[in-house]
Amino acid sequence: MNKLIVSLSPHVHGNDSVERNMHGVIIALLPALLISFFYFGLGAVVVCLSSVAACMFFEWSISKYILHRQPTLSDGSAIITGLLLGMNLPSNLPVWMVIIGALVAIGIGKMTFGGLGCNPFNPALVGRCFLLVSFPAPMTSWPIEYQLTSYIDATTGATPLSFMKTAIKTGDVSVLKKIPDSIDLLLGNLSGNLGAGTIGEICALALILGLIYMLWKRIITWHIPFSIIFTVLIFSGLLHFANPVYANPIQVILSGGLMLGAIFMATDYVTSPMTHRGQLIYGVSIGILTVVIRNWGSYPEGMSFAILIMNAFTPLINHYVKPKRYGEVLKK
Amino acid sequence: MKLHTFRVGGVHVKEYKITAEIATTSAPIPKQAVFPLSQHIGAPAKPVVKKGDKVKVGTLLAEAGGIVSAPIHSSVSGTVTKIGTTIDASGYRKPAIYINVEGDEWEDDIDRSQTLETLVNHPELTPEYIVESIKKAGITGMGGAGFPTFIKLVPPPTAKAECIILNGVECEPYITSDYRLMMEHADEILIGLDLLMKAAKVEKGYIGIEENKPKAIALFEEKTAMDSRIQIVPLAKKYPQGGEKQLVDAVIRRQVPAPPGIPVNVGAIVQNVGTAFAVYEAVMKNKPLFERYTTVTGKKVAHPGNFLVRMGTPFAEMINFCGGLPKGDNKVIAGGPMMGKAVVSLDVPVCKGTNSITVLTDEDARRKAPQPCIRCGKCVEVCPMGLEPYLLATLSVFGEWERAEAEKITSCVSCGSCQFTCPAHRPILDNIFLGKDKVMGIIKSRNKKNDE
Repeated sequence: MNKLIVSLSPHVHGNDSVERNMHGVIIALLPALLISFFYFGLGAVVVCLSSVAACMFFEWSISKYILHRQPTLSDGSAIITGLLLGMNLPSNLPVWMVIIGALVAIGIGKMTFGGLGCNPFNPALVGRCFLLVSFPAPMTSWPIEYQLTSYIDATTGATPLSFMKTAIKTGDVSVLKKIPDSIDLLLGNLSGNLGAGTIGEICALALILGLIYMLWKRIITWHIPFSIIFTVLIFSGLLHFANPVYANPIQVILSGGLMLGAIFMATDYVTSPMTHRGQLIYGVSIGILTVVIRNWGSYPEGMSFAILIMNAFTPLINHYVKPKRYGEVLKK
Repeated sequence: MKLHTFRVGGVHVKEYKITAEIATTSAPIPKQAVFPLSQHIGAPAKPVVKKGDKVKVGTLLAEAGGIVSAPIHSSVSGTVTKIGTTIDASGYRKPAIYINVEGDEWEDDIDRSQTLETLVNHPELTPEYIVESIKKAGITGMGGAGFPTFIKLVPPPTAKAECIILNGVECEPYITSDYRLMMEHADEILIGLDLLMKAAKVEKGYIGIEENKPKAIALFEEKTAMDSRIQIVPLAKKYPQGGEKQLVDAVIRRQVPAPPGIPVNVGAIVQNVGTAFAVYEAVMKNKPLFERYTTVTGKKVAHPGNFLVRMGTPFAEMINFCGGLPKGDNKVIAGGPMMGKAVVSLDVPVCKGTNSITVLTDEDARRKAPQPCIRCGKCVEVCPMGLEPYLLATLSVFGEWERAEAEKITSCVSCGSCQFTCPAHRPILDNIFLGKDKVMGIIKSRNKKNDE
């Protein structure tokens, strides 16, 4: 006898899935990842691979042996955390530090709160900031590009961001001249023995390609990345015109982890607000905090801290910022 | 040309309108017809026949049981065999009248001719007469919700009607009964609209039709080209555009206030095209509402089609007429896949609001296992009422009724866009249904207390 299936409506589903979104993010990360292999060679490969492998291992083992539940590596979220953590590290970081970073990211950043969907802070950033405060020297020494076969022994140099900071501290505008022009920053092609920053942030163009892909596939909306980038552009633009010791705003948005953070870290579903209005508040706040930390804080880069701070405000934003209800829109 | 649509949320649902170009035929008359007494929103109808009574097609079986209620007429001729109960599409047992069919004898005062009666030829019809005819014919909203039509035409004194909006959207996938009706009975629908406009004393009529029905748009534009009072509004395809509140927003760019707000608070009275057709038949042909256009459809149904069905026909007879249930387990839905109700038995009869019998195979209907919420916010983005479905679902699970009320759970229109779109396959609407029922109950008992 055939049975009738009974459930409440709706009876069909749009076939979107967690996997589709997560895999989409991984695909969007690929251009930036591949271009980093071109600039950093062996170091980038070792750091990213070890980070992804360690994140997947910790996710699997903590699920299985501590939380006693079916490990869900197939949803792809551990791979994303691994990739983002790796791409947020310098390419000359020893593997054992990468593994500690992965343990903190997955173990403390994600699984202690209950796994996927429950963490208040972006796990990859938790891992990165843990490493930054634990090992400040290796975490802030940046290899020069095109040393394709060297890893820990790579020669390092000062980054464009540190020149911006020096200019503000000393009031010496001529320091800013050492920063490459916007086209080179966009491509990630840094000349003059400059340290290039983290693995993932090097090529703004590749990150923007990833953004276009995610917008096209409707994985994310424009609200968070655009609000961050425009806020930084406007805020640092105002500073630049008021006082030329503050760098050119175009160079500001193209250097450091701003693009990586705005496109891939701040847009993390779990830790960003649910409503578009909330996302705009979140994005603008991250932009302001980033500029403040970059210019007047003790670190040259402020993106990670800005995102983590706003992660903490996300529940509050969700509580107070409601979507535009039907009926609220005025007659027109 | 820029197409209109509603401004908050919405999703794109695959259509599967496989029966769109199949002309309507009459379904066979069943051997036994069953008439549930609650086919509408409001009080159940009260039977006026008893066991053993002989009835004809069109005979009054039950009269309105209150102010918000509607009478029910027989769709067949024969003998009343019992007044008992039947399971209806909601899955609950409800009082019902059973009739054994003998022949097909109609009440004499029903005009069965095909001649078109226009309002121009009948200037003597007064608004009061039209409303009374609609009331007497037992017409309720034919789009599924089933609100008695005459009540909408007599708005409360605080509101003033400015226009009638006919709903020809049919945004649910699969269903094509409204489309067929529009293609086959455009003249009657337009006269029905004329009657509705006269009854509501308004001078403006709109017909909203989605762009996926270009033939219907062209047909109606051609037929109304000379009538400046009536405007055809082509709409961009988006679900749930056929929802009353969404349609008002799409067509006249106004938004209905939160419950207990109704469309007439912003000047609009929304009626389904099927309702307009029923109004024509009731007023001009003296024909009560006892048959309707229904689609029987499904990817695996052997002979899907559109049918003029006598109400009270059990689903089983309609499905067998179309080639029977496909092999394996199936989900049989009264209505469409987004908002229809899955029936628990094929004895459920076709009622006033049954616009479709949709058969989904196990494969299409089976839900995937829910995963943890990844807080992507997609449910918030698509909610056409601007609510936060993830939050309402969680509040319902934890029994936080006060907070759920404050978050406007009662504004939910149950369109299912949230659950349809959820990447984690969470049962969002299931939980909201639970919370909404509970909160409505709390509000009701509180109002009662305040009245005492």
